[in-house]
Amino acid sequence: MRLDELTRPDFPILERVVNGHPLVYLDSAASSQRPRTVIEAMSQYYARSHANVHRSIHTLGEEATELYEAARDRVQRFIGAQHREEVIFTRGTTDGLSLLAETIGRTLRAGDEVLITELEHHSNIVPWQLATRDRGAVLKAVPLGDDGTLDLGAFERLITRRTRVVAFAHVSNVLGTINPVAGMCARARQAGAFSVVDGAQAAPHLSLDMCALDCDFYAFSAHKMLGPTGLGVLYGRRKVLEALEPGRGGSEMIKEVWIDRAQWNDLPWRFEPGTPPIAEAVGLSAAIEYLEKLGMDAVAEHERALTRQTLEGLAAIPGVRVYGPPASEARGAVVAFSVEGLHPHDVAALLDAEGIAVRAGHHCAMPLMRRLGVVGTSRASFSVFNSPEEVRHLLAAVGELRTAL
Amino acid sequence: MSATQAARGPYSDVIRERWRRPRFRGELPGAGAVAEDVNPLCGDRVRLMLALEGERVSAARFVGDSCAICAASADVLAELVVGRSRAEALRVGAADLLAVLQADIRPTRMRCVTLPLSVLATALNGKR
Repeated sequence: MRLDELTRPDFPILERVVNGHPLVYLDSAASSQRPRTVIEAMSQYYARSHANVHRSIHTLGEEATELYEAARDRVQRFIGAQHREEVIFTRGTTDGLSLLAETIGRTLRAGDEVLITELEHHSNIVPWQLATRDRGAVLKAVPLGDDGTLDLGAFERLITRRTRVVAFAHVSNVLGTINPVAGMCARARQAGAFSVVDGAQAAPHLSLDMCALDCDFYAFSAHKMLGPTGLGVLYGRRKVLEALEPGRGGSEMIKEVWIDRAQWNDLPWRFEPGTPPIAEAVGLSAAIEYLEKLGMDAVAEHERALTRQTLEGLAAIPGVRVYGPPASEARGAVVAFSVEGLHPHDVAALLDAEGIAVRAGHHCAMPLMRRLGVVGTSRASFSVFNSPEEVRHLLAAVGELRTAL
Repeated sequence: MSATQAARGPYSDVIRERWRRPRFRGELPGAGAVAEDVNPLCGDRVRLMLALEGERVSAARFVGDSCAICAASADVLAELVVGRSRAEALRVGAADLLAVLQADIRPTRMRCVTLPLSVLATALNGKR
């Protein structure tokens, strides 16, 4: 049985009719949909077990704490982290990267360098601009080759003894490029720099193993991987986390507080100030359980087939241009494309009239858009519930776009 | 809304016509009032050029890199302001544009309609 045949009945939103057509949801890279088990787990939590976590000495408080910490254990197993205290819950990928930029940023000195890449999402650019600007540090970017992959020769040249942080995406949210994470992290460590990986587009689609990637930090969002909004995960290598001062203060993250000072809590709570998104952690746990039942290898294979079908189909339509590495290369589950003579927003609006949801615009990657020489692109992205029939529907609709306006 | 219209989304016949055959797209050499702005959501960019005879707008042209809705809106706006005084031109609003465009524009695309209006305000207020 194909994966989409197995999963489609689990996603209630797929029953929606949009503009007179059955919904074809091809925007999971922006935010995926949720299976019933995730919605029910959160609803059950609120209906039966909600209370604040960690310091509530009553039954519900203990239940909520157990569920919240069990979610951490599940994430730990899912990403192959060695220790549970390496899993920090945040509000999302952007929040995790910002937390790091603020925290590491405080230790930067004038002349220190932070190295990012040209294909980053704004979330992995702007926090580093703020962090370097205030400290007189320097922000540099690894350029992109014409084939949509990073110029690794330039990476070698740009990484120096002044480099304190190397921050880059595991999978590009526009091009689908899969960066050589393990190699880049090893090189960063050799240079004495922290490695920070934006895993937002990888965690929903690839089998992850923090030990194999051997990065210092890895951030991702629950809502792109069948889970709820408002929750993210920041993995941090224990040794590195232990040596870092928290950048944000509040409750939960302390052991003892005086008027003029505080003693930090243990990991991971040291980096989790305030009441965390508890129901969302319960939801993420259910989402991971769902993905694990399918098997991440089966998920990756299914989405790879859809991506290849889309790339080859779109490239065969006159006036349509696709971006990123060729279909033969390993790619993430996104396909950015443009239609000659049409603005990406018009492409998206015309497809929406056919019930097809795609993303259009700069995809929060303006430097990359400038590098590609476009104002924006349209982007189809895939999840476990998408089918080859839906891709055929997209291809047929795109084929008629040039005469639609 | 008819079935044909639904299949076209927000693209009314007026928008399609203005997008394919704009009447006011192009440069206006010697324009007395010029402004340009960008919609940060989508990267739409519109530049509006106005020639003024005293207080009256005597000619208007626009150029830009934008979606069909924004381009059609700019084209209609250029038509509406020609012959009006500066004060009258500044009173042209989104409702006037929508009345001509005859389109069902959702809130997410309203900025596409109104971007040319803010460019017009900058052009006219920036002069003198």
